[in-house]
Amino acid sequence: MAPVLEVRGLRKRFGGVTAVEDAALDLREGELLSIIGPNGAGKTTLFNLVSGLDRPDTGSVRLFGQDVTGAAPERLAGLGLARTFQHGRVFGNLSVLDNVLVGAHARLRAVRPAVPVLGPLLELALAAIRPGGVRAEEAALREDAIRIISLFGERLTPRLDHPAFSLSYANRRRVEIGRALALHPRLLLLDEPTAGMNETETAEMQEVVAGLKRSGLTILLIEHKLEMVMRLSDRVIVMDNGRRIAEGLPQAVRHDPAVIEAYLGHREAGAAREPVP
Amino acid sequence: MGGAWFDYTVNGFVIGNIYALLAVGLALIYGVANLVNFAHGSVYVVGAYVGWAAITYLDTPLPVTLLCVVAVSALVGVGIERIGLRPLHGSSRIAPLLATIGIALVLDQVVQLVFTPDPRAVPMQVPEWRVAVGGGTIGALDLLIAGIGLTSAVVLYGFLRFTKLGWAVRATAQDSDAAQQMGVDVNRVNMAVFAIASALSGVSGVLVGMYYNQISTAMSFEATLKGIVALIIGGLGNVPGAIAGSLILGLTESYGIALFGTSYRNLFAFVLLIAMLVWRPNGLFAARRALPPEPMTGTFIARSRPVVVPRWAVAALVVAAALLPLLGQPYLLQIGANSLMYAMLALSLTLVAGTVGQVSLGHAALLAIGGYASGLLAMDAGWPVALSIPAAGLVTAALGTLLVFPAFRLTGHYVSIATLGIGEIVSLVILNWTGLTRGAIGLGGIPPLEVFGFDLGSVEGTYWLCLAVLVLLALLQLRLLRSHLGRTWRAIRDDPVAARSYGVSGDRYKALAFGFGGFAAGISGAITAHVYSYINHETFGASISILALTMVILGGLGNVAGAVLGATLLIALPEAFRFLAEYRILIYGIVLLLLIRFRPQGLMGTV
Ligand SMILES: Nc1ncnc2c1ncn2[C@@H]1O[C@H](COP(=O)(O)OP(=O)(O)O)[C@@H](O)[C@H]1O
Ligand SMILES: [Mg+2]
Repeated sequence: MAPVLEVRGLRKRFGGVTAVEDAALDLREGELLSIIGPNGAGKTTLFNLVSGLDRPDTGSVRLFGQDVTGAAPERLAGLGLARTFQHGRVFGNLSVLDNVLVGAHARLRAVRPAVPVLGPLLELALAAIRPGGVRAEEAALREDAIRIISLFGERLTPRLDHPAFSLSYANRRRVEIGRALALHPRLLLLDEPTAGMNETETAEMQEVVAGLKRSGLTILLIEHKLEMVMRLSDRVIVMDNGRRIAEGLPQAVRHDPAVIEAYLGHREAGAAREPVP
Repeated sequence: MGGAWFDYTVNGFVIGNIYALLAVGLALIYGVANLVNFAHGSVYVVGAYVGWAAITYLDTPLPVTLLCVVAVSALVGVGIERIGLRPLHGSSRIAPLLATIGIALVLDQVVQLVFTPDPRAVPMQVPEWRVAVGGGTIGALDLLIAGIGLTSAVVLYGFLRFTKLGWAVRATAQDSDAAQQMGVDVNRVNMAVFAIASALSGVSGVLVGMYYNQISTAMSFEATLKGIVALIIGGLGNVPGAIAGSLILGLTESYGIALFGTSYRNLFAFVLLIAMLVWRPNGLFAARRALPPEPMTGTFIARSRPVVVPRWAVAALVVAAALLPLLGQPYLLQIGANSLMYAMLALSLTLVAGTVGQVSLGHAALLAIGGYASGLLAMDAGWPVALSIPAAGLVTAALGTLLVFPAFRLTGHYVSIATLGIGEIVSLVILNWTGLTRGAIGLGGIPPLEVFGFDLGSVEGTYWLCLAVLVLLALLQLRLLRSHLGRTWRAIRDDPVAARSYGVSGDRYKALAFGFGGFAAGISGAITAHVYSYINHETFGASISILALTMVILGGLGNVAGAVLGATLLIALPEAFRFLAEYRILIYGIVLLLLIRFRPQGLMGTV
């Protein structure tokens, strides 16, 4: 079976800065692979390249066996790739429920008939007329969204109708993950899901991610909190200055001299690693 | 022949210099404040009138005239910064741009009230001689304008390069947060930049007055537009680029006139604008084609929880509105019908600008398309009005979407500039496509409203038809907003990048919004055409686009009930205070400014 994700020789430069250099990784079904590394190592850029928000200068990305190098994010979402964003990108004026429902957009079938050219017009007509099939689909998605939101216990469920801008920082991150899950992804990319969270919240998030892993979801995780990385990961890739400097089992990577060196060399960056929302 | 071309070149160069005085200021302001200043042309008009007044009343010699213009314009610039920019720090991204539109309305009206709308002749203060060069001629005024252009460029360069304040301006333009941390007083920098930019704009105004020997308050809008076109050609915020862009624009226009005639001048300018926005939105001189990053996430519209109107109240209001004709007050009904037609336009704009976040400044063009489509179908193709109106809605939906399509990849201020340009193009095409539209003569004798034999030409008939159509359109829009389309549209507005990552194609859903919005606006324009029985290319001008935007902001961006309320208030209230008729636009401008400052979510709240 083809790996879920196969990245080869990926490179991205911004002006003079090489953000990612010769990145390569393989991700098998059901695996949780963590990417760690000091700030500015190129982790988020790698996510952007994989999820289609940025185009690589060179290299290739294969998703579920298909070449998707430089493909548009819309298409990747359709293939079952979902991601969250490091600095949080919830839809501020949408309710919690609507945020999560937008995550399910790629799953809309009844209201988005796959008809060329006339498709958009049909979609408009179906949205206005709302025949039974469309109503049933919407109701099912709604139910599913509420179930996903309940994964976070009582954090979000009482706030279904609240606009996302009124939520706490931690809750906005939960909404983002809920939105990603609503896509029913086959591959989930999480960019620092616990950034800005306190210890209790981090522990809760760790449980949620562990649950997702147990359910068989394939996950690529960027995380600074090493304890969480050690507990959850099947494998770990360490990046520094755009390059992979180590890869292996969590315990092995932890004691790799190159890794320790990279982290010590970036102590200042590490101290300031929590972005202010 | 060669002499004529020489003259066209000199003319293009002179006009280019005048544009440069405008565009350089716009570039400076964009550089430090990330703002396209829509009040720039108004300062230019202020400059022109101050110059005229100084010469006429005080008999000032040229240097003193220019000094007066510089002083007053700079002061106005400082005022714009204080009102339009500084208090809006931290509010939604589009707020300062809207504020400068409000300031433009106010300034234009004040000038008009003080000096009357009649054009004035600016006395020539330069000797009238011309020298023959290379088969053409160059006059003293040409040299003066070129000289002032050149001197300003040199002085500006010296200022930016060698003075401490100039350094602060450059630092702020590069990164205003970093500059602030390094101790730069960003407010002072902004104030200085607005003063300088406005002084240049004012000088440009008085020179143009001398060049064409005529000034009027109507010049303001066009000056703003031309400055913006030159700015886009050179790249937003790029000062040398703005100068080059201005010269390119001046020459293009001049040669365009030589080849096709005067009425094509602006068409060239705006087609150039759209071409630039589509192919090189960063300007001719930028290396990359990508758009510069804009601040992201949820800052587009003011956050609010909309006012919820209970259904029974809405139903009661509709019934009350339907019963209005029983009062037997034709004048009231006429105002009512007018409000309803504007409400359809506001409905369309609140969807596009509020729900999807594409702040269109050319929305009146959709009215024009609808009006002409229905009028021509009824008159030339002999269609019954009951068919030509809905057909006009469909034509407008298709044509409007097609026209805006190139702008779909743009964001924020670029969308507003592009839609403004597209709106002007529509009006110019109507003016010039004489074979179809009858050109400047306009469309007269459009048949009155009539549905399957029922004459609706009476005031009551018109009113009832408008009410019925509006209620239908509003219900349809509400229904769409409650479907998956509502959240999808709003997601695109709040964060287009995140939306794309979840499979939401911006193009597709923007097209659907412009399609439905175009339909509503087209119907509104069509009904208007049949009620007026005469329309021309100026009937649906830019001022209507701005008025519609004010209505939509007043009601609350994206809010359907708010759009209707906004339209009703802004049409009906000035009628209630008829003695204030002269001040109507002034009031609109002040309303817009107060709203943006104190109630950005509008009366009913943004949705
Ligand atoms: N859009 C961009 N433009 C210019 N430089 C960028 C851009 N995105 C990232 N970079 C640079 O690329 C490098 C890697 O950044 P990033 O991928 O965000 O690192 P990480 O997520 O590991 O902290 C940094 O030096 C950053 O400044
Ligand atoms: Mg990162």
